[in-house]
Amino acid sequence: MINVLFFARIREQLGVDKLSLSLEEAGPTIADLRASLVADKDAKWQEVLGADNVITAVNQAVVDHQHALSDGDEVAFFPPVTGG
Amino acid sequence: MSCYCSVRVQEQDFDLSTEVADLRSHTAEVGAIASFVGVVRDTNLASDIQAMELEHYPGMTEKSIQDIIDQACERWQIYGVTVIHRIGKLNPTDQIVLVAVSSMHRGDAFSACEFIMDYLKVNAPFWKKEHTPEGARWVDARCSDDSAAERWALK
Repeated sequence: MINVLFFARIREQLGVDKLSLSLEEAGPTIADLRASLVADKDAKWQEVLGADNVITAVNQAVVDHQHALSDGDEVAFFPPVTGG
Repeated sequence: MSCYCSVRVQEQDFDLSTEVADLRSHTAEVGAIASFVGVVRDTNLASDIQAMELEHYPGMTEKSIQDIIDQACERWQIYGVTVIHRIGKLNPTDQIVLVAVSSMHRGDAFSACEFIMDYLKVNAPFWKKEHTPEGARWVDARCSDDSAAERWALK
């Protein structure tokens, strides 16, 4: 399974904080996962997850769209950080 | 050189004197401690701030702060680092973040403290939501924070 987490503005806009899907459903890379996530949802998902400034982390480290997924990965989508 | 580190993400407040005393106690070689305390302001972008909510990504937050500290320990001769970041609901004048660094001489402590704070702002997954009389809004990332962190890039 791939566990997907959403934080802050993205979590609020999508109305969901986490979901799970199989590696087959998710696809081999982050770009594929993003496409699978927006595929059968309303336009809001494409707008929110397709935004240029969305940051993606796999197993708590920031990755790019070509990053290959492995079974059991924790994937997070979040906006630019604003702590401190 | 091994470096004493304490990273805490917590709802409760912190006490600067206690944290400085802790850093002093680890080795008698400490000759300098530099600290930074971030505080919640009551205004931002021309709006009154009534309260602030801090969300974070548990696990990744601690990992990313530890990574920044490890870089600082390689770059400067420092003995100890304490980073405390608060989460949950905070009000104007509340303390929000502490970075404290001990070293033999002040130069390393000042530089490492600023470095850790600058990188925390752009790398640690925290998000602020402001509550104003016009409603709640997520704070946008600032370009000036990216520039502050970029200053430290190794030439």
